[in-house]
Amino acid sequence: MKRATHATETPQVGRSVPRLESWLKVTGKAEYVHNLRLPGMLYGKIFRSSVAHGRIRNIDTSAAKALAGVHSVVTAAEVKTIVPDPFYGPAFHDQPVLAVDKVRYVGEPVAVVLASDPHVAEEAVHLITAEYEELPAVYDEVEAMTSKSIVHDELKPAGTFPDLKHLKGKKNTNIALDFRLRRGDAAKAMKGADRIFEHRFRTQQVMHTPLEPLVSVAESTDSSITIHTASQSPSFVRIEIARLLGWPENRVRVRVPFLGGGFGAKLYIKLEALVAVLSLLVHRPVKISLTMEEQFFTITKHASTFRIKTGVSNDGRIVSRDCEVWWNGGAYADIGPRVTQKSGFTAPGPYDIENVSIDSYALYTNLPPAGALRGFGIPQLVWAYESHTDMVARELGIDAVEFRRKNLLREGRPQATGTKMKDAAIEKVLERTAALIDWGKPLDRGTGTIKRGRGIAVGFKACISNTTSLAAVGVNADGSCTVYTSCVDMGQGSDTAMAQIAGEVLNLPTEAVTVVHSDTDVTPFDMATLGSRSLFHSGNAVKLAAEDAKRQLEVLRKELGLPADCPVADVFRKKYGMRAGSVMGAGNFIPPYTPPDENGQTDNATPFWMVGATGVEIEVDTETGRVRVTKMVNVADVGTPINPRVVETQLSGGAIMQLGFTLFEKMLFDADGQLRNASLAEYKIPGLLDLPAEMVNEAVVAEQRTGPFGAKGVGETATFGVSPAIANAIQDAVGVRLTELPMNPEAVYMALKK
Amino acid sequence: MRRQIQFKLNGESVEAQVAPHETLVEVLRDAFGLYGARESCGQGLCGCCTVLVDGTAVSGCLYLAALAEGAHVQTVEGSRELDAVQEAFVERAAFQCGFCTPGFVLMTRQLLDEHPDPSEDEIRHYLSGNLCRCAAYPEIIEAVKLAAQKRRQS
Repeated sequence: MKRATHATETPQVGRSVPRLESWLKVTGKAEYVHNLRLPGMLYGKIFRSSVAHGRIRNIDTSAAKALAGVHSVVTAAEVKTIVPDPFYGPAFHDQPVLAVDKVRYVGEPVAVVLASDPHVAEEAVHLITAEYEELPAVYDEVEAMTSKSIVHDELKPAGTFPDLKHLKGKKNTNIALDFRLRRGDAAKAMKGADRIFEHRFRTQQVMHTPLEPLVSVAESTDSSITIHTASQSPSFVRIEIARLLGWPENRVRVRVPFLGGGFGAKLYIKLEALVAVLSLLVHRPVKISLTMEEQFFTITKHASTFRIKTGVSNDGRIVSRDCEVWWNGGAYADIGPRVTQKSGFTAPGPYDIENVSIDSYALYTNLPPAGALRGFGIPQLVWAYESHTDMVARELGIDAVEFRRKNLLREGRPQATGTKMKDAAIEKVLERTAALIDWGKPLDRGTGTIKRGRGIAVGFKACISNTTSLAAVGVNADGSCTVYTSCVDMGQGSDTAMAQIAGEVLNLPTEAVTVVHSDTDVTPFDMATLGSRSLFHSGNAVKLAAEDAKRQLEVLRKELGLPADCPVADVFRKKYGMRAGSVMGAGNFIPPYTPPDENGQTDNATPFWMVGATGVEIEVDTETGRVRVTKMVNVADVGTPINPRVVETQLSGGAIMQLGFTLFEKMLFDADGQLRNASLAEYKIPGLLDLPAEMVNEAVVAEQRTGPFGAKGVGETATFGVSPAIANAIQDAVGVRLTELPMNPEAVYMALKK
Repeated sequence: MRRQIQFKLNGESVEAQVAPHETLVEVLRDAFGLYGARESCGQGLCGCCTVLVDGTAVSGCLYLAALAEGAHVQTVEGSRELDAVQEAFVERAAFQCGFCTPGFVLMTRQLLDEHPDPSEDEIRHYLSGNLCRCAAYPEIIEAVKLAAQKRRQS
């Protein structure tokens, strides 16, 4: 491929540059950990718990060890010889590398077989047996609040988050965080309200199903380890593995090439600790590739229950809102407590409400762990508050958009945390969605068994904080540019966006910029690629680094007496007398943040707000309960897009993913906590036939003044409004209200029969 | 228990030692270093492992390698230059993470061989066995239309 390195005056930001790795992806040559094979490598296959909650009495690995071709079988006993206290996690040190003494969900890793041939390893797994003393289990998040079944004997906060410190050493509880927010006096205001409405909503447990299933490879010497992993958080992996091993960070190297999808599944520690320990135990490289089935036993999206109560005045003003949210975190906390708090504080929705009360609880249960999934809890909340808002408007006899207009959280007004809204185009997004879905215009209501309806919903999200991103930008002797960032390109197009930002600063075409993939020996710290934070945080860091490199070049030109427009290659040639040298700019970005007080109040809750709305037209077949989306409109405030085409595809992709969670995806468990549909044969994800017949995705004209060139994140924004917009449209079409996801034909049909 | 098979791989005659249980994806990967066809769901339901055997798309994660004896196997790595389908996928931004893309490219080629000017409905149905979790579906439909146009023009 020929790539220009000459200077350009053409703006790089705002260009719909095709992804830099396009050629690699359409020819099948893009690098994924999936492809990696190292000399002498062993494959690990995992033996998993068959009970939801139990004490391990015995693990019999003798038959597995005896199978020809098996290298070794490893349980927690061997793990402890490398890591004496083998528990990890970003919020709690609660998750064992392999089950220690107890299992807490069906599918939990208990032992690993290693063999050169993965088929042999798999066969041997079936020869392992385990005996458990079964304990009573708890599956429901609300029951877990008061259940006598306790998932963890004692809570072990990791020490990273100040709001978890009070839970240290706590016993006899499944509550992994009790977040509380109070603004005004919700109870008193509720008493004074003209009308009060209260509803309860639920969401189901679902899985990310990245098509490249979770995969990690470790290779080690006695004093260093390299982990090649499909991870969204290489910097965290390095820190956590170093902590587990008791090694300095500079002896742990974490490399991440492209990811075959992430969506929040590939965060924190997944297989990394396991392959690291195995490699150190057997002194050979070890690879573990999960199957699609095994992914369902690794990380999922929180099921949730949300009780929401609203007091309104006769003129349609919301005077009080009371929110209680229970998050089903499964057996290990993962990042659930952050979902509980960071999303929890937006539970009253994008409305201007003086009196708010929020209680948001992270719960342990005996289900597969739940973590981040494209929205970090926000889609669960918007589902409830926008369904509820629609129901209230209906009861009051006020048009659903008009009711929202009356109560909308406008620029400069304080949100429930007290933080004043800034650069959040809520009104614009709502109005544009309403216009694009022809709100208020006549609608063909359908005939016979086909009934038609329209619905709308708007949601918002804060960005996780306090987090930091670093980056470096090198300008080489020929004028080409290399960006060093630990931001991970999992398909969202971050490589291209970072190259556009560096190119814009340095007046280089994006195509002349190369982005080095995460390698913790080379690329600087970055909190993680999650929660739509990277374009803003890593983007700002890359911008700062590029500006630093530019300044250094200016100094060089001045020192050498060269004109300001002297090409970079000539600057270096003059300096060194030949083609040599480089400059390296550094960028360190950390936005300001104020931690919340005991009432959840803060003057700076987030570095930026994301706003997304969805409008739909749907058809309900009253004979089958099937819902078909005939038109879907997704509108978002993404600030000023760096790459408009990529922004559009992120909106579209996010909305279609959420469509699956809305209409059909659901992990089905039996009474013993056994997952019944852990495969794409029985757990269906959206395909081409599930697409809305017509789809419009649009970013409103907006600017995030603190973002790189006015931009902010977009990966999750289109997921917010999808579920409630469809529920609202179903009620519009057939007059029934669904309060639980998914709204599959069975659920809709049963609601119609009532 | 391995036995030698001969087949044509992307136009060249090749041989491989295969075990009876080995799938085409495993042999392409381990014996030929081709990673474009990749196992994802392991059940022939997602299309990530799509390869063409004698011109017909098959799920390489289920197709036993031994059955390729004497056949012509084509993978996404087959052409050195981008074809109309690959060009169209780039121009229409019809992928995000890229993991499913080789499967979509091969299936689209087969679609356009059979239906040079497919309707949108034909595209949706023909490619419904290929999944994209990033959901670049609207862009994929646009890319297929563009590829059809490019093919007709050349």
